[in-house]
Amino acid sequence: MLNGNSGATDFEAVFTDRRASLPGADLAWLTELRESGINQFRRQGLPTPRTEAWKYTNLRPLQKVAFAAAPDAAAARPAGLDKAPSLLPSGEHVRRLVLTEGRFDPALSSIGDLPPGVTLEPLAQAIRRDPGGLQSYLGRIAHPVGQPMLALNTALMEDGVVLRVGRGAVLSEPVEVLHLGGLSDRAVAYHPRLLVLLEADSRAVLVENFVGLGDASYFANAVTEIRVAEGARLDHIKVQAEGAAATHLASCHVWLDRQATFIGFSLALGAQLSRNEVHVRLEGEGARCRVNGAYLMRGKQHCDNTTLIEHLKPETSCREVFKGVLDDQSRGVFQGRIMVHRGADKTDGHQLSKALLLSDRAEIDAKPELEIYADDVKCSHGATVGDIDEQALFYLRARGIPEARARSLLIQAFLDEALDEVGIPALHEALLSRVADWLGTG
Amino acid sequence: MLEITNLHATVDGKAILKGIDLSIRPGEVHAMMGPNGSGKSTLAYILTGRDGYEVTEGEIRYEGRDLLEMAPEERAAEGLFLAFQYPVEIPGVPNTTFLKEALNAGRKHRGEGPLDAMQFLKLIRQKTQDLGMSDEMLKRSVNVGFSGGEKKRNEILQMAILEPKLAVLDETDSGLDIDALKIVADGVNALRGPERSMLVITHYQRLLNYIVPDKVHVLAQGRIARTGGPELAEELEAKGYAEFTTAAA
Repeated sequence: MLNGNSGATDFEAVFTDRRASLPGADLAWLTELRESGINQFRRQGLPTPRTEAWKYTNLRPLQKVAFAAAPDAAAARPAGLDKAPSLLPSGEHVRRLVLTEGRFDPALSSIGDLPPGVTLEPLAQAIRRDPGGLQSYLGRIAHPVGQPMLALNTALMEDGVVLRVGRGAVLSEPVEVLHLGGLSDRAVAYHPRLLVLLEADSRAVLVENFVGLGDASYFANAVTEIRVAEGARLDHIKVQAEGAAATHLASCHVWLDRQATFIGFSLALGAQLSRNEVHVRLEGEGARCRVNGAYLMRGKQHCDNTTLIEHLKPETSCREVFKGVLDDQSRGVFQGRIMVHRGADKTDGHQLSKALLLSDRAEIDAKPELEIYADDVKCSHGATVGDIDEQALFYLRARGIPEARARSLLIQAFLDEALDEVGIPALHEALLSRVADWLGTG
Repeated sequence: MLEITNLHATVDGKAILKGIDLSIRPGEVHAMMGPNGSGKSTLAYILTGRDGYEVTEGEIRYEGRDLLEMAPEERAAEGLFLAFQYPVEIPGVPNTTFLKEALNAGRKHRGEGPLDAMQFLKLIRQKTQDLGMSDEMLKRSVNVGFSGGEKKRNEILQMAILEPKLAVLDETDSGLDIDALKIVADGVNALRGPERSMLVITHYQRLLNYIVPDKVHVLAQGRIARTGGPELAEELEAKGYAEFTTAAA
């Protein structure tokens, strides 16, 4: 299943090897979906900088390691890990589903009671229990063309989460999906898949928390598909704190119907190499989204945020704010594309990318793009890069605030514009505290 | 309190201060007057430790210690305060947070515990009221959207909260109308005491009608050209600086 000594993983061989044992191997539609995924992946291959979409992010590190498939969740979990780390403060009533190296870990999970109309279950179980309920959505929200990593996930997905919120149901407490990585001694690769379906006028808050527990090299290739039906609203908060040697590639594909709302936020702190992709399709009139994020990198970390917002219907709106703090030799990438399709009149789309470079050797590549084919639209974008304001730093020091503390205050202030977009107080607090930890002021 | 001896300094290789001697004892208020470009603000920045100013000769002793060896934050923690001529705007840092950080940094330096939220709130409420400032100015980002007068008041508020031993006021009167000037001066006078010294840097005499100094110095072309009592300020108001700019040339 590994490609000899060449170093790289032969994912096609992995597929051939495992196809019969993957969940839903007996389902024709799922087999077909997986086949089409591996075919797409075969055609496109691992992305290289020769592809425009991957110009600034090189997956070379992936080609140096032969990744094995993840072992069973229980086998992977180290002794003593009897409580899963959580983004939320303890005492907070949280429904938590834990994926250990991509597989459902019942011992660490606590799903609890769910309100009527709401289901939350591991993907492998959902495939067994109610495959028909998945067929119209799984792999239908995300389009694998031009998305080789998504295609690979589709081919190899073994487990994940399915969250369904029925018409008018309200999940006011957050649901946390904890992705635990870095537990094995061996380098493993896994492809978790989330499917989130909000029916009309429902509401939910989903937290995706990626946590790396060790220094092992591993590869998380995650995909989340989200459909928000008419008048419904999903808040999606992602924290990426993978291990120092990890490669994290994740894409989130969102479909919004009429008057639907998606409020997304992503905080990236971890991984050696990471890419966070968000694709939003505003498919219904009056749909609106926010796609915000912050990333804090140091050492030789590389973090890519790539977004595509497609306005397909009139009076849709989107706001996007990404803030990056880059120290040492770290590198940030922001590629933000807003497409306003023909007929999507009165679209309101705004995008902002700001980066703060703390070192002369840090780097940011920012590529904002607007493509507009409709009339009467309001769209704007902006990208700035700067360093710490020396005058402000001196002013703080002249008041007795030590230099390191003064720097932290200024960095925190810089990030606030993005973090303040998280309107749920407990989550906002949790993110601030993660940032404070990073800054060493926690 | 402060002993400056034969201070020479350059900015971008250009000599600005050319041998300043100044001695301020505890409780004294000194005024430093002079024409534009005479080096008044340079002196203020050297005292607080701003980058870009090179001392080429001489020394500054503060409470017996070599001031030039100390980092800006250490100077502040040891009781040196500069009221900036141009207070800096810091978007995203709320004024209250800033004041609390500054106060507690000084307390920590002195080995005292931080004030808790209630104690701190009580303290700033009182001080802002004294200076005729609104609570709203505390919530806003430091100096962002403040008028010129509000910025100057905010400087005095910081001074009132930090209670320095030596306060340097750099052109605190500039940009203030007469009412604001009076409020600021009242704030400064309220802080006068037998242990607290001040160096009031100003171009005009009018501030000195409200903050009456013990000594007045005229700084011209990088040197102290004359020293006298409060009457010297009045003389300058009447005759201007012409005598100093031409005589020393």
